[in-house]
Amino acid sequence: MHITEINGSLRERKKREEKEENKKEERRKKKTRKKKEEKKCVTTTQTPMASSNSPCAACKFLRRKCQPECAFAPYFPPDQPQKFANVHRIFGASNVTKLLNDLHPHQREDAVNSLAYEAEMRLRDPVYGCVGVISLLQHQLRQLQMDLYCAKSELSRYQNLSIAATTGHGLMTNESVAAVNNYHHTQNTTAVVGGNSNGRDHHYHHRHHQFFPNQQNNIVRNFDGGIGNNYDTSLLAMNISASLGQFNQVQHHSAAGGGGEDRRTVNRS
Amino acid sequence: MEVAHSLLVSHDKIEIMMASNSPCAACKFLRRKCNQDCIFAPYFPPEEPHKFANVHKIFGASNVSKILNEVLPHQREDAVNSLAYEAEARIKDPVYGCVGAISVLQRQLIRLQKELDATNADLIRFSTNQGSSFFNYPSNWNNDS
Repeated sequence: MHITEINGSLRERKKREEKEENKKEERRKKKTRKKKEEKKCVTTTQTPMASSNSPCAACKFLRRKCQPECAFAPYFPPDQPQKFANVHRIFGASNVTKLLNDLHPHQREDAVNSLAYEAEMRLRDPVYGCVGVISLLQHQLRQLQMDLYCAKSELSRYQNLSIAATTGHGLMTNESVAAVNNYHHTQNTTAVVGGNSNGRDHHYHHRHHQFFPNQQNNIVRNFDGGIGNNYDTSLLAMNISASLGQFNQVQHHSAAGGGGEDRRTVNRS
Repeated sequence: MEVAHSLLVSHDKIEIMMASNSPCAACKFLRRKCNQDCIFAPYFPPEEPHKFANVHKIFGASNVSKILNEVLPHQREDAVNSLAYEAEARIKDPVYGCVGAISVLQRQLIRLQKELDATNADLIRFSTNQGSSFFNYPSNWNNDS
């Protein structure tokens, strides 16, 4: 063969090899594109929290294969491993499964979130858990009710004084002040709570405790009797941290503005 | 006399033995022998079977046992009672349990706080109005005289 012929055949051979390589490359790219598309299809057809390849937090924790029909997958996403860990530690996976199976599907998310909250509280306070929070809130509520009662009685005293000042002639005498105070006392006993109002000394506060048991019973009764019926589920957003944040604000306000001897001070912060 | 006394003593011993042999509510429920060192026995008396039944249904006996082992002995009774309360609340309200009560209380707190703020604002208004009106009287009276 002549050299030019040899070179020509070599060049053709190279071209052919390049073409084959390009074809292989294209085939490889097609395959990867197909795989990606398949993945997308699988994830969209499944529930939002689960992906076909990434196991849910529960299955990761339990070291098992996350099936498409996994009961935990919608509620324990893989990016929140602590949630399931806490719930499993306090309640156990099988108990959670039983609880969820007893509920309607639309209730399960709220149930899981409340279980997660209870588990977290129990881990923070192994002795009292959520019950400690309830107790604290009830105490705060009692304090606020007392403060409100005192503020309202003071306000009614001012109102009565202004009424007397507008209806009376000139300065008030001692007798008229006494009369106003007596009027104030009777108004308080009928309008506000129904007990004696003895001023703002310690004895009064001690007796005042006795005036709220009915209201407290109402709070407790509402909890016992009306749990399933009285809640606005949209308000009971299981964004527990937000409501705890509000609770902390309330604590701050009541500490700053609600207590103390001088009921006229208001903390507007 | 001595025979009677010894009979009485042995009778008391038998009574004590019978009392200690009565299984606690937990062991009755779990159908197992209630040993001397049963961790549940002091907190789940046999006359309150529902207490353990509820706690077992929600938390499970092994989880309760772990929790009790983690707390100090003098705290265990409170821990059991709070677990029993939570379990009962969860059985009554399977969706929210005692978290529902927390939510209700928080809402009431917020409502009362708003009411208190409004009342305090009224008080300030009244006190400033009353103060100014009362302070005016003596100066007017002095001017008149």
